[in-house]
Amino acid sequence: MNQALWISKTGLDAQQTRMSVISNNLANVNTTGFKQDRAVFEDLLYQTIRLPGAQSSTNTQLPSGLMLGTGVRTVATEKMHTQGNIQQTGNAMDLAIQGRGFFQVLMPDGTLSYTRDGTFQIDATGQMVMSNGYPLEPAITIPQETLSITVGSDGSVSILQAGQPVPLILGNIELADFVNPTGLQPIGENLFKESGASGTAIVGVPGLTGLGTTIGGALETSNVNVVTELVNMIETQRAYEMNSKAISTADQMLQYATQNL
Amino acid sequence: MDRMIYISMNAAQQTMLSQAANSNNLANINTTGFRADFEQFRSQPVFGEGLPSRVYSMSERPATDYQQGSVQSTGRQLDISIQGDGFLAVQGKDGREGYTRAGDLHITATGQLLTGSGLAVMGEGGPIAIPPAEKIEIGADGTITIRPIGAEVKALAVLDRIKLVKPELNNIFKDTDGLIRTKDGSNAPLDASVTVASGTIESSNVNAVGALVKMIELQRQYEMQIKMMKSADDNGAASARMLQFN
Repeated sequence: MNQALWISKTGLDAQQTRMSVISNNLANVNTTGFKQDRAVFEDLLYQTIRLPGAQSSTNTQLPSGLMLGTGVRTVATEKMHTQGNIQQTGNAMDLAIQGRGFFQVLMPDGTLSYTRDGTFQIDATGQMVMSNGYPLEPAITIPQETLSITVGSDGSVSILQAGQPVPLILGNIELADFVNPTGLQPIGENLFKESGASGTAIVGVPGLTGLGTTIGGALETSNVNVVTELVNMIETQRAYEMNSKAISTADQMLQYATQNL
Repeated sequence: MDRMIYISMNAAQQTMLSQAANSNNLANINTTGFRADFEQFRSQPVFGEGLPSRVYSMSERPATDYQQGSVQSTGRQLDISIQGDGFLAVQGKDGREGYTRAGDLHITATGQLLTGSGLAVMGEGGPIAIPPAEKIEIGADGTITIRPIGAEVKALAVLDRIKLVKPELNNIFKDTDGLIRTKDGSNAPLDASVTVASGTIESSNVNAVGALVKMIELQRQYEMQIKMMKSADDNGAASARMLQFN
């Protein structure tokens, strides 16, 4: 059947994927620690119908050939690990990372996940957990009768207890870093999993060996730029319309042929 | 049989091929660094018995449009766009060197620097590998500077330089894998005059309105060929009618 129809169809598919990515970015514009996605496209293989330089007669050559592209495909959706804004909340349990690194979270199945979402809370046993209940790794347990909690820029958690003039250091929050954070696999719930593409986690103390620092009483907002996404959306919509126009044109051409012959 | 119908049929077929090339441009309207293909028709007279009155048309891709596309700012360290003429050298899937304008780079777990479609970016001496770095800067001439993890702020290391080339436009063509290659098969030398801007990305250079107008033009052209085929058919039917006995 006509190639133009299928080529335009790949265009529609690609724009549809891009639209889903943009919608997901816009939906997560207020998700703490969310990292924006970007759809990456590449052109498909070219078909050589006629090679340039082929003989058009015994002593003449074709100066240019005919190579037809076969459309476009989505190669990847890529997370953009740029820093989001730091928003002061005043809640001592809220943590933001300024720079590289991820908080480590212990999953129910015993594996580790990584997140930039620092909205920590305390569960019934006094453990520091994420909003969805997964505990922070290494575990930090806040004892009862704690007056105030302070998290330092090096991840040290210190508390002030009733009747104690000197703060007590409970432990240290560690951050994990990856060679290629873009390669982390997002699994939802603001969490990322280590993958073959990300490299193994390099765990360390915040502020040292290139890791970012932790900021208590603040959260990292989503890094989605709403204006950029809206412009991308307009671009995607028009590109979609043009590709569907190409399909209807190819269709009309075939229709004209079937009706008139 | 009447030769007119074959000439029209051939023209309609070739118009369809042009329409496919044009659709490919439209499909890649959002592909980073994509270069639009031109298409044109060439007349091919057929010599044989009698006068060379039969002139077939042939669709072909004479060249690729190397004009700069619009540049979008992304703010990402590893996005680069080439200013003016020039290309980024990458290693194609078959191992040969090819050139592209798509500068959405990223790093793998093993430290390889790849383009968005997974091709290794070439440096001064082969594919570039980047050790774990806290910050990566790509300078205007493609020089990659890194701050190794844990190093001091001033301890910057110059690593390699992205191979930027500027081959003669009449010596390059777009290969079947979408990469630009030289016609004589040689590798273009590094050109110091090519500059890149980091934090930006170059979009496709397809002119959407131009492609739509071309699409309409090709559609009408196709319909005219069909009309000619219909006329050839009518002529044949009229001749047959004349010879019929009542």
